[in-house]
Amino acid sequence: MTEKKKTGIKIIPSKNPMPLQDHKLRASNFDEVALGYDYETAVAEASRCLQCKNAPCSRGCPVEIDIPEFLRLAALGNFKAAISKIKEKNTLPGVCGRVCPQESQCEKDCTLGIKHQPVSIGRVERFCADFELADKEDKITNKLIPPSSGYKVAIVGSGPAGLTCAADLAKEGHRVTVFEALHVAGGVLMYGIPEFRLPKGIVEAEVKNVVDLGVEIELNSVVGRLVTIDQLLDEEGYNAVFIGTGAGLPYFMGIPGENLCGVYSANEFLTRTNLMKAYLFPQWDTPIKIGKRVVVLGGGNVAMDAARTALRLGAEESIIVYRRSEKELPARAEEVEHAYEEGVKFYYLTNPVKLLGDEDGIVSGMECLKYELGEPDATGRRSPIAVKGSEHIIEADTIVVAIGQGPNELVPMTTKGLETNKKGNIIADPETGATSRPGVFAGGDVVTGAATVILAMGAGKLGAKSIHEYLLNSKIDKPLGREGN
Amino acid sequence: MYKIIEKQIFSEVTKLLSVYAPKIAKSCRPGQFVMIRIDEKGERIPLTIADFDPEKGTISLVFQEIGKSTQQLGALEQGEFIKDVAGPLGHPTHIFDSGTVILVGGGVGVAPIYPIAREFKKAGCNVIGIIGARNKELLFWEEKMSAACNSLYITTDDGSYVRKGFVTDVMKELIEEIGKENIALIMAIGPQPMMRACCNLSKGYEIRTLVSLNALMVDGTGMCGCCRVSVGGSTKFVCVDGPEFDGHQVDWLELYRRSTYFCDEEKSAKDIYNSEKGNHACGCGGIQ
Ligand SMILES: Cc1cc2nc3c(=O)[nH]c(=O)nc-3n(C[C@H](O)[C@H](O)[C@H](O)COP(=O)(O)OP(=O)(O)OC[C@H]3O[C@@H](n4cnc5c(N)ncnc54)[C@H](O)[C@@H]3O)c2cc1C
Ligand SMILES: Cc1cc2nc3c(=O)[nH]c(=O)nc-3n(C[C@H](O)[C@H](O)[C@H](O)COP(=O)(O)OP(=O)(O)OC[C@H]3O[C@@H](n4cnc5c(N)ncnc54)[C@H](O)[C@@H]3O)c2cc1C
Ligand code: SF4
Ligand code: SF4
Ligand code: FES
Repeated sequence: MTEKKKTGIKIIPSKNPMPLQDHKLRASNFDEVALGYDYETAVAEASRCLQCKNAPCSRGCPVEIDIPEFLRLAALGNFKAAISKIKEKNTLPGVCGRVCPQESQCEKDCTLGIKHQPVSIGRVERFCADFELADKEDKITNKLIPPSSGYKVAIVGSGPAGLTCAADLAKEGHRVTVFEALHVAGGVLMYGIPEFRLPKGIVEAEVKNVVDLGVEIELNSVVGRLVTIDQLLDEEGYNAVFIGTGAGLPYFMGIPGENLCGVYSANEFLTRTNLMKAYLFPQWDTPIKIGKRVVVLGGGNVAMDAARTALRLGAEESIIVYRRSEKELPARAEEVEHAYEEGVKFYYLTNPVKLLGDEDGIVSGMECLKYELGEPDATGRRSPIAVKGSEHIIEADTIVVAIGQGPNELVPMTTKGLETNKKGNIIADPETGATSRPGVFAGGDVVTGAATVILAMGAGKLGAKSIHEYLLNSKIDKPLGREGN
Repeated sequence: MYKIIEKQIFSEVTKLLSVYAPKIAKSCRPGQFVMIRIDEKGERIPLTIADFDPEKGTISLVFQEIGKSTQQLGALEQGEFIKDVAGPLGHPTHIFDSGTVILVGGGVGVAPIYPIAREFKKAGCNVIGIIGARNKELLFWEEKMSAACNSLYITTDDGSYVRKGFVTDVMKELIEEIGKENIALIMAIGPQPMMRACCNLSKGYEIRTLVSLNALMVDGTGMCGCCRVSVGGSTKFVCVDGPEFDGHQVDWLELYRRSTYFCDEEKSAKDIYNSEKGNHACGCGGIQ
């Protein structure tokens, strides 16, 4: 079904569907679920774009990719030029094309989307990135590294915020070192988001692109312990610091039984599986133990990832227990749908009051209450109210708690003059990323609380811009001894 | 990659590796630990920094071979490499400068207690050390401990060296002799049953007692919660809130259960490793 617009451009109302791995098959392997467009489909999808002059789509993208332009190039089949265009703004296109919540970002205001389905911007972006990665012969290298500015910048944390900030600063000629606590770079992209949604090879390749810009990454470096931010600034000659340490601290509910064996935080469950590759145990050394019946508490993306991971690890039943109703699930619709297809069960309006264990201290189930939704509260969400006398027991031999994460306090605790809010998030100026401490900037989940990859990247970009301006305007001596200024 | 500068063999199952990690050697303090990963497929395991030399840029790790990872570690030689060493992690021991402290090291726990003893003595405390092992063969660092303490007592379970008995026997006599009001602090580091026994004893005398808990860990940076333990009724993460805690407040049963949860898996990993290597399984796993 096509319509004609004044311009003569054909309107194709529907997105080209994303080919998926068969749902029965995929629930038992860790291969990527979404297989990606092929060449023809990518061209066809890009051709749906109306090339709007005002590009409302770009305004919805936190890193402001020139979307109509890259789609125009892609529609011509010129994917090399398209990826170059994307990379002007986005260092991690293979990641973003896969995990951005496009429906609430770039695709939300797509003109086509007003009457029809928006252009599937993310899927085309993913194709461009994969196209480049697959093209080993003729790699579209990043622009030449510019001459050194003479300034040194330290980045704490190698998640999307830190990596983006690092890449942008390196492009300005600053000498950038990223300090990462873990043994790999990537943050949640490596330890949290499962292989079947975001293959680790993609993250590694995109991290390498950042390193190719001249960024140094020091792994196994826990800032606050190995070195403090004060030392980086006062003793090691760094002129500015960007903090992108994320929200890695898992929350628990504070109900009895949470320390029983077999109760994992989602972070532990996913870290064992993704970062430490427990699904390949014993070839890899880290084990994970999983029961027949796994219950995941929570309703966000993290809960969906944990429930789907449980199936792949061999659980017979994987159940999401969520205290509100389906409508309120904070997870992306697509993730919920995939979870349903794979056989994850959902118990809505249910919440545990107590976890139960056997005589050996191993979890055996939980005592739950049923809930009803009350009137909308101040935030407009209808808060759940317990139904009297609705106590019941749900059996489980593994429980994964996925009710949210907060910031780790190590950096604020060891840095002089760095203000945080009540939740422990670092306070940063939303316009600049500047913190209460001069020369120290912050962004990503550590400032906003758990959010999204692309928002963290936007914050990293903003931090880089502000640090660049800060360095140029400051009269600090350049430690690397370059003239200028 | 972190190079092994020196290897010492204390016994068939207890070894020391001195590793080149200059930044850690410069920043670490007694009581802290590192997370190591031997190779690409390795698990992350915590080991206490038993000694460090900022000048040479080395840290020493003393470990007991109990499962696959520690056996594999013990098979490494001088000049070889450990893939990852992250640290220093955890809070350093709070060192104060006067009064008598009793420091108890059991088994491989002698290693972490050593730098703590040295530091307390340097600060000006009267340091009494008690070290114990199952037998003479397993005892190490007697000389180092003797230099780091004002007085040192030794026990072996089987009586093969100095005094037959448990560290708690000596501890009890010392408390009676010195008087509980004259003891500022007891610290006990070693296998869980030994730390627990020390705490049970000192609790009766109401002497403040710190223990260094060896919970299972994955990241060691506060990110996963695997290391959680109940202390005084509230949940703590051993890696970031500890590793030292008031031993009288620790829920030992819960700690024990949580640290043995992966026993079956760890055992199978060890058996596979040993059959591949042609070693015989030493079968000493478990909690000791
Ligand atoms: C399971 C899961 C699934 C998700 N799915 C999606 C999704 O589909 N789409 C989406 O957009 N978002 C998703 N998110 C959210 C998204 O991953 C995060 O919002 C994003 O990664 C935040 O980026 P960041 O750079 O701020 O922090 P992080 O990615 O958390 O990275 C922080 C890094 O800093 C390091 N660090 C911390 N403290 C220190 C220190 N003291 N010294 C040195 N290094 C330190 C950490 O080890 C880590 O590597 C998901 C999150 C999780 C947990
Ligand atoms: C902060 C900290 C510091 C530590 N310092 C040292 C040290 O200096 N020297 C040293 O030898 N060990 C130390 N440990 C313990 C050490 O980490 C474990 O022995 C090691 O991880 C075992 O790995 P593995 O693969 O060889 O054995 P695994 O195969 O993992 O375990 C073998 C058996 O031992 C049990 N076990 C494993 N780890 C522990 C543990 N942490 N506590 C109790 N039982 C356990 C398991 O249940 C299993 O049955 C420390 C632990 C912590 C948390
Ligand atoms: S980076 Fe994310 S928000 Fe921006 S265009 Fe790509 S998919 Fe959309
Ligand atoms: S809003 Fe949609 S149709 Fe318009 S330029 Fe952007 S992607 Fe193309
Ligand atoms: S080991 Fe992961 S939080 Fe302590």
